[in-house]
Amino acid sequence: MAIDREQLLHVARLARLELREDEIERLEAQLGAILAAVSKVSELDLGEVPPTAHPLDVVNVWQDDEPRPCLTVEEALANAPEREGGFFKVPPGGAA
Amino acid sequence: MIDTLRLTAEEAKGLVERREISGAELFAAYRAAIDERDGELHCYLHVCEDCGGEGIPIALKDVIGTKGIPTTAGSRILEGYVPVYDATVVARLKAHGLRILGKTNTDEFAMGSSTENSAYGPTRNPWDPSRVPGGSGGGSAAAVSAGLAPWALGSDTGGSIKQPSALCGNVGLRPTYGTVSRYGIVAFASSLDQVGPVARTVRDCAYLYSLIAGRDPCDATTVELPQPVALPEGEDLHGLRIGVPRELNEAEGIEPGVTAAVQAAIELLAELGAELEECSLPRSVAYGLACYYLIAPAEASSNLARYDGVRYGYRAAASERLEMYERTRDEGFGDEPKRRIMVGTYALSAGYYDAYYGQAQKVRTVIKREHDALFERLDALVSPTSPTVAFPLGARVADPLAMYLSDLLTIPSCLAGLPGLSVPCGLSEGLPVGLQIVGPRFGENTLFRIGHALERALGFEAVPERLR
Repeated sequence: MAIDREQLLHVARLARLELREDEIERLEAQLGAILAAVSKVSELDLGEVPPTAHPLDVVNVWQDDEPRPCLTVEEALANAPEREGGFFKVPPGGAA
Repeated sequence: MIDTLRLTAEEAKGLVERREISGAELFAAYRAAIDERDGELHCYLHVCEDCGGEGIPIALKDVIGTKGIPTTAGSRILEGYVPVYDATVVARLKAHGLRILGKTNTDEFAMGSSTENSAYGPTRNPWDPSRVPGGSGGGSAAAVSAGLAPWALGSDTGGSIKQPSALCGNVGLRPTYGTVSRYGIVAFASSLDQVGPVARTVRDCAYLYSLIAGRDPCDATTVELPQPVALPEGEDLHGLRIGVPRELNEAEGIEPGVTAAVQAAIELLAELGAELEECSLPRSVAYGLACYYLIAPAEASSNLARYDGVRYGYRAAASERLEMYERTRDEGFGDEPKRRIMVGTYALSAGYYDAYYGQAQKVRTVIKREHDALFERLDALVSPTSPTVAFPLGARVADPLAMYLSDLLTIPSCLAGLPGLSVPCGLSEGLPVGLQIVGPRFGENTLFRIGHALERALGFEAVPERLR
C-alpha cells in the first residue's frame, strides 16, 4: 500500500499540518509501511459482523438539564495565547 | 529514616495513622529521593511543593489535568499549559487526602511504548538506566520502582500502564473500560483510554483503584462498579479456572527468558490451586495490532484537532489564521503524534473509511466476541505482558512498526474493553518480567486475588538490584 506525495499533502491539509520537506519524505516511506501493516484487517471477510465503536453496552446517557457552576470567563481565557477583552484573539482569515 | 524504596503505600498509611511519622516527613522523604535519583532517571516533568496535610503522596502521569499544576502530556504544544480545573480522578484523590508529588513523564500524548517520544527527553529504567522504562507511562512506573513515589496513576490506551509496569517490575492495572472517569484527562483514543493505578503491591493497586473507580456525571461513559473492590488476602486459588491462550504465550518475538519466567509463574498458579486450561484467541492476536493501529490513530486524529493555537498551549507566529493553525501544529507536535494524525486522517477520509476504519471496527467485534466466549467458562487469562524485557534506549526509535510490536500482547484485551493486571513474576537477564492477567468486564477482584497470591508465593524483590 503506497501513498504518493499528492495524497500525503492532501491528508496533511485535511489534518491542518504544515509539513516541512524533510518530514514529507520521511512520512511517505513510514506511512506506506504502516498502511501496509494495518491493511491486514482486510484479510477477514466480515460482511455480516456489526462494528464496535465502544466496548460498553451504554447508549444515550441523559442527565437533568440543571445549571451548575462552570468556569468564569477569566478562567476560560487564562491559557489563551492571545486575548482581547473577553475574547480569544486569532489572526485574520486569509484568502481561502 | 523512611526507606522509600521498600515502603508500601499501605505501610505508609499505617505509619501516618499511628502518628509514627508525619505527613510532612513522608512527603519530604520522597522529595529527597527525587532530588537524589531523578537527575539520572527523569521520571518527573514537574515536582510539586508540599501543600500540607497527612495524606499519602502520589505521582500522576502528565496527561492527567491538575488545577494550578502544569500539564503537558509530554508535548511542546502544551508547554506552559496550567489547567484551571482538576480531573475527576485528581479531585477524588484529594478528597481522600492524597497529595500530589509531581507529574510524571510520558510519550507525547501517551503515544509510544518507551517514553522516548516525550518532547522533554526520555525516562530511564531504574533497573538499568541504559534501557527504557516502557511506555507510554514510563515516568510513573519508573518513579514507583525507584522509590520516587509510593504509587502513581497512569493511563492506558493499548498497554501504557501494563507494559511499563512489566518492564519496571511493579504492579499496574488497566481497569475495565468505563469504571474510571476520564474527565480532565488529555484524550488520545476515547473508546480505549482508561486511567489506572501503578503500585508496588497488588493490595496497594487494589486500594488505589477503589479510590478512583465509579460513575462520574462529567464522563458519560462511566458506570458504577457492580461490586465493591475487595482487598486481596491469602494465597489460595482453588475454584478458579485460568486460561492460557496459546497465541498470547507462543507469539513470535517473545524472548525465551520471558517465556521461562511466565511458565514458572503459571505452574505456581496451579500449585496454589487454580485449574489451568489451554485455550485459543486465534484472531485477536493475529489481527489485534492492525485493528488497534487503525482505531487509535483515527480517534487520535479527531481528539488532537483541538490543538490549534487558539485557546491554550503553543501558538506559532503567523499573519493569517489557516497558516497559524498549520504552523502551530507542525511546530508543536512531535513525530509520533504527526504520524498517527496522518494515518488516522487517511483512514477516516472519503474513499478509505470503509476499508480501514469501518473494517477495523468489525474486527474489534470479532476480538470482543472471542474474549467473551472464553470468559463463559474461564475466570482469567494469563500470558506475558510484554514480549521482551526492557530494551535499550534508541533500539526501536527509527522503526515505528518495531515499536508498535511492543504492545502485541496487551492490545487485544484493551480492544475488548477488559481489565488487565501486570504483576512481576521474575527476572530475565537481570530485568523484570511481567505476568499479564486479563479478566472479564468488572473482574478486577479476581485479578487482584490471583496477582496477590502470586506475589506472596513468589516473593519477588521489587527493588532494582542496583539500588538495593
